[in-house]
Amino acid sequence: MTDTPILDVQGLETHFFTKDGVAKAIDGVNFTVRKGEIMGLVGESGSGKSVTGFSILGLVDPPGKVVGGKVLFKGEDLLQADDKRMQELRGARISMIFQDPMMTLNPVLRVDTQMIETIQAHEKVDKQTAWQRSRDALAQVGIPSPEERMRAYPHQFSGGMRQRVAIAIALLNKPDLIIADEPTTALDVTIQGQILYETQKLCRETGTAMIWVTHDLAVVAGLADSISVMYAGRVVEQGNINDVLDNPVHPYTLGLLGSVPGHNTRGQRLYQVPGMAPSLFKLPKGCAFQPRCGYATEACQQDQTVTEPVPGRAVRCCHPQVEVSS
Amino acid sequence: MSENMLEIKNVSKQFVKELDIAAKIANTLGAKNKEERVHAVDDVSFHIGKGEVVGLVGESGCGKSTLGRMVAGILPMTAGDIEIDGNSILADKGKQNKANALKVQMIFQDPFASLNPRMRVEDIIGEAPVVHGLVPASEKSDYVAKVMTKVGLDPEYRRRFPHQFSGGQRQRIGIARALAVQPEFLVCDESIAALDVSIQAQVINLFMDLREELDLTYLFISHDLSVVEHISDRVVIMYLGRIVEIAPTDKLFEKTLHPYSEALLKEVPRIENRGLDYQPISGEIPSPLDPPSGCHFHPRCPYATEKCKSEQPKLKDYGEGRLAACHLIEE
Repeated sequence: MTDTPILDVQGLETHFFTKDGVAKAIDGVNFTVRKGEIMGLVGESGSGKSVTGFSILGLVDPPGKVVGGKVLFKGEDLLQADDKRMQELRGARISMIFQDPMMTLNPVLRVDTQMIETIQAHEKVDKQTAWQRSRDALAQVGIPSPEERMRAYPHQFSGGMRQRVAIAIALLNKPDLIIADEPTTALDVTIQGQILYETQKLCRETGTAMIWVTHDLAVVAGLADSISVMYAGRVVEQGNINDVLDNPVHPYTLGLLGSVPGHNTRGQRLYQVPGMAPSLFKLPKGCAFQPRCGYATEACQQDQTVTEPVPGRAVRCCHPQVEVSS
Repeated sequence: MSENMLEIKNVSKQFVKELDIAAKIANTLGAKNKEERVHAVDDVSFHIGKGEVVGLVGESGCGKSTLGRMVAGILPMTAGDIEIDGNSILADKGKQNKANALKVQMIFQDPFASLNPRMRVEDIIGEAPVVHGLVPASEKSDYVAKVMTKVGLDPEYRRRFPHQFSGGQRQRIGIARALAVQPEFLVCDESIAALDVSIQAQVINLFMDLREELDLTYLFISHDLSVVEHISDRVVIMYLGRIVEIAPTDKLFEKTLHPYSEALLKEVPRIENRGLDYQPISGEIPSPLDPPSGCHFHPRCPYATEKCKSEQPKLKDYGEGRLAACHLIEE
């Protein structure tokens, strides 16, 4: 795919100005997402993965502020766009799916009202057409008897069904990009399977690009085309999903993959990344992972630059573990 | 049979929502309001051997936590009996019973909600052993230090409050609290679900170390099959209050007997599985208020027959320690 990317994030920086100091939640994040591509954005709590999603949509609340970088959506810098332009884009060209569908849905409005509202906010269509499109969207995400369900209130749906409604709403205006923030974390395994299946199908059919924010490497493994691993506000490794999972190069990715219980680990000790994630107020000098890293040297005290130790892979580390993993 | 640490015999638990006064009045006038009755656990029997780790798996609402709470003695059961180390937990209250109750300890899911925020760690861990006379109050501090070291916490921190610890450390405090009364059997209810991946690995390793060191028996309740596969010897799978399959872990992951287990195992996302074509099982878990007739799984089962709709399958033994409840399994 050589066409221009749907989304090109360059050097994004979002800081939170609190009374305890400045927390650099995102500190220079770069990535691109192409048409129809699903990118997994993986990290542990506090790594800045959710804030990245919010920053793209301009939804960072004070004391947080996007202080630098560019978010190019089809060539247009969203950080320079005014509120009116962002309103046109949000929900129409870029939409978001949250972890808790109850936060997306208004509990006192029927589903049809909310869906029709979403369409009419962005397009001049009559109610009839909007209703039909909404119904089709519900059917598309696998909700049985959509015509009756249109008249239901959110509390009358189960958790999995509610998440489907949220996804249907995100799809209504046929967006170019969907940002999904841990949409299956709260769901059961079989329901998660169903949602992943629908999502994958939709992205393939409609060519919608997607950023799938999650802490679960296993979910991303089955779903995404590419992956970016975040640690303490920075992307430490990114590349093609198979390459990264089979031959991780950054010590953090290595550790993360080693700590996931899998088929062949029964009864063995899991690898554990020593220590814990640092506070954003007291980040270590240089590479933020350096105090927990088994390979750390003097050079890690310096700021790390992004290199390409293997073709197609961006890694922020001065001693990538190329020979170890291959 | 003192070979078994835990023996669960035909245990059931029903939650009943009784009629309120308005409904009762309406009933005397001829309305037909009925009590709402949830069969959270329905005639469940299995055992856990000494030193064994059994994983209890199922989706939300299948009754796995209710069962765990009954085993730990937090919830009374509606019918059946639970024996710990050969002694029924229903027996008269007495010294023996108290000693028995101490043998079972529970570790909860949320390390934020299960610790009293206004107590110091020293008191959280040390209160129970002092009350039960395991350690004299004068030696509490030293004893707590010993237990904290065991779970990998720095005893220097024992005067601190729970909020001064991270999630993983808090879960360790919960584990230390359970270990302080020298239990033989731990019930872990989703104990690692709320933790980050790298912290999860630390806690899983801790559970395995403690098992070796203290010869512990575990009932490990989780919805995460890959974690259960990693640490348990046997797996019990529940669906809507009933056991659908029991099998040794390696046998289960080789081949499942019950269609629900098959579906559940297929849905587990794994790092080894890339670019999946997800083929999910359809439908959702029915409401336990009004469970389907016959086999509870039949509305979602791709192989269901007429018999499945009318007759409840019994849990049958298929050899090699495998049991399953399904009409369709060939002998």
